[in-house]
Amino acid sequence: MSSDPLQYNAEGKLRHFLSLDTLQRDTLINILDTAENFTSVNDKAIKKAPLLRGKTVANIFFENSTRTRTTFELAAKRLSADVLNVNLVTSSTTKGESLLDTLRNLEAMQCDMFIVRHGDSGAAHFIASHVADHISVINGGDGQHSHPTQGMLDMFTIRRCKGSFDNLVVVIIGDILHSRVARSDIAALRILGTREIRVAAPRTLLPADVESLGVSVFHRVEDALDGADVVIGLRLQNERMQGATIPSSDEFYYTYGLTPERLRIAKPDAIVMHPGPTNRGVEIEAGVADGQQSVILHQVTYGIAVRMAVMAITMSNTTDATNRQTESGDAAATVGNQTGNP
Amino acid sequence: MSPPTNSDMPETLTIRNAIDVTGNKQQRVNLTTGNGLISRLEIVSDSTADSPGDTSVADDTLTIDGSGLYLCPGFIDSYARLRDPGFEKKGTIASEVRAAACNGITTVLCSPDTDPVIDESATVELINRKARDSGGARVLPIAALTRSLEGELLSELATLKAAGCIAASNADHALVDLQVIRRCMEYARTFDIVLIFHPADRWLTANGVAHEGATAARIGLPMIPVAAETVALAMLIELAWQTGARVHFSRITSRRGVDMIRQARAGGLRITADTSINHLVYDDTMLSSFDSQFRSVAPFRDSDDRRALREGIVDGTIDSICTDHAPHERDAKLAPFPSAEPGISGFDTLLGLLLKLVSEADIPMTTLIKALTANPARVFDLKQGHLQEGAPADLILFDTEASHTVETMKFLSAGQNSPLNGQELKGRIVHTIINGCLA
Repeated sequence: MSSDPLQYNAEGKLRHFLSLDTLQRDTLINILDTAENFTSVNDKAIKKAPLLRGKTVANIFFENSTRTRTTFELAAKRLSADVLNVNLVTSSTTKGESLLDTLRNLEAMQCDMFIVRHGDSGAAHFIASHVADHISVINGGDGQHSHPTQGMLDMFTIRRCKGSFDNLVVVIIGDILHSRVARSDIAALRILGTREIRVAAPRTLLPADVESLGVSVFHRVEDALDGADVVIGLRLQNERMQGATIPSSDEFYYTYGLTPERLRIAKPDAIVMHPGPTNRGVEIEAGVADGQQSVILHQVTYGIAVRMAVMAITMSNTTDATNRQTESGDAAATVGNQTGNP
Repeated sequence: MSPPTNSDMPETLTIRNAIDVTGNKQQRVNLTTGNGLISRLEIVSDSTADSPGDTSVADDTLTIDGSGLYLCPGFIDSYARLRDPGFEKKGTIASEVRAAACNGITTVLCSPDTDPVIDESATVELINRKARDSGGARVLPIAALTRSLEGELLSELATLKAAGCIAASNADHALVDLQVIRRCMEYARTFDIVLIFHPADRWLTANGVAHEGATAARIGLPMIPVAAETVALAMLIELAWQTGARVHFSRITSRRGVDMIRQARAGGLRITADTSINHLVYDDTMLSSFDSQFRSVAPFRDSDDRRALREGIVDGTIDSICTDHAPHERDAKLAPFPSAEPGISGFDTLLGLLLKLVSEADIPMTTLIKALTANPARVFDLKQGHLQEGAPADLILFDTEASHTVETMKFLSAGQNSPLNGQELKGRIVHTIINGCLA
């Protein structure tokens, strides 16, 4: 697990960003620190850094997404890249043959980075192992496997609000089984040394052997919330009712919904997070989603800086990365200094 | 069904000084064939070992020096897909039976999930003719248990048996209607036909592609619980009790599955079972890197399940080992794991993996050889699979030391889909003899 030849290049630098569970702690810290520098770019009147000038980033989405795609697009544009949005949701491009054909065509158009979202777990790994050497692949969510930029923006939000991870109790509530966000959060929290990671869900929404991920399991959400510093809600997909995993959204709200009363069980300064979009009245009450403890909109804002960081770091580590960094401004210098992994 | 006797071949063939690995004690033997049978088998005493100059052999006898080579009956593969007719871009009977023969497999039970499926005698005749013309391993077709494998109407099992089918199965298509399964068993028993079932409940399998365990939990692959196998097994075992049918369970994957079969047999039920060579070698941790070459219909379970399968081979609960051969064209695997087609091309690496089990899993070679020869012969009433005078002369001679790097590009099977590309394996088939003729 310590080496991941697909995500790290021969020099041990991050060149694809596919999943968090095989990454080293220093890599995650570097992403967070770099993102911290990019937040200053985002706060300026002219929100541009020239790190990816002349590069073309292709957003290749096989699944619907508004938030993730637009924040990736903003991140790329703030790094001065050209952005190509390729929406393949409606086409029948799900067979591997045509998936590879699509990639080859985008390669032929001289794209430098692929942001990929796909319904199959492992899709980003598959694409990363078949692209040309000069292309970086960033996983924008693959099946139930991983959503690593969401995981990192969650970590960024937690670090901004709480400082460090080692004293934190983090609770993730809801559909862990089908959630790539939960898997990415759990992996990142574990790597960053979180004191306790809790999951709370009915057994039908937990994967077998979930304890092996390094979490403690709660079936009563009240027990899970006791002493929590961070509360992460997950979106409950409507199709779960068809699969007989829960009887109804009303019953889920009754048993696991994040209400103001339940939130009071957590620490008074606990923060509430959610990857969005929220189902108000299903997994979270409007008063909690919009309440003082909610940092849900901060997550969206930080998502841009985190995605800028991931793009800048991986792009600087592809085979044809030049000394482009040296000609750019302060944020660029930061990336240049921090991309090295031990 | 029998491969043609090549007119250029001598009618008799002698193997001298080879090591017989079928018995409990390895010993050197001389063997002579005639008319497609083993006509003479003698143990070489130490005093004669180094003097093979027996002049009594006739001029038309081909003599093979077996010194340093292991001798056993040709392998009988109890479950393989030949893809022909219907899926010739994945493999043809010609390509696959040659590949089988060169890799020591002299008899192949081929699955009925062709297109058309093997539910009419014309299809059986087509397969038999193609196999005969190809001159490789002998092919024993498995009949489709239900028409078009749809699980509703019985196939003409007696007719299919007369046409040469060795058994009947619904392949990887799960049967769900218990009344249909019961009737299948009763009808098959009437004609003494062995039924092959791959136990996998359709609903519990759903869209799963990986064993329900720690690896899939971590990497988020849709899961197949052990209960998908054991629930189907329990159902089939009860119906086997009810009907007295001869039932062979194919590609068992789990410890609980092995336990259930052991228990049913202890209770006197006449059932048999196999697992695949892949399931004896791999476990679910192989899936960590999403290598689509590890996608298999029957999932690789955890290391404890794998241990139980190995124990089952050693104690005889699992009778035989199949290749579960599933050749594919390259594009079939060029997809993310869940969308890649399942199955591994198994012919070209069978011996190498067997020897890996001998050295790494500490399973005696004799036990593994039996699970590929005498045991499947017993399960399916075949005369092949024995090293004794009067038995069919389907034989292989192999070397256990020669080490090679697996290059799937060089596979004889049309399917180059194997997770073993680039890995070191030991063992080489030096000669395959089918029906007394060198293949």
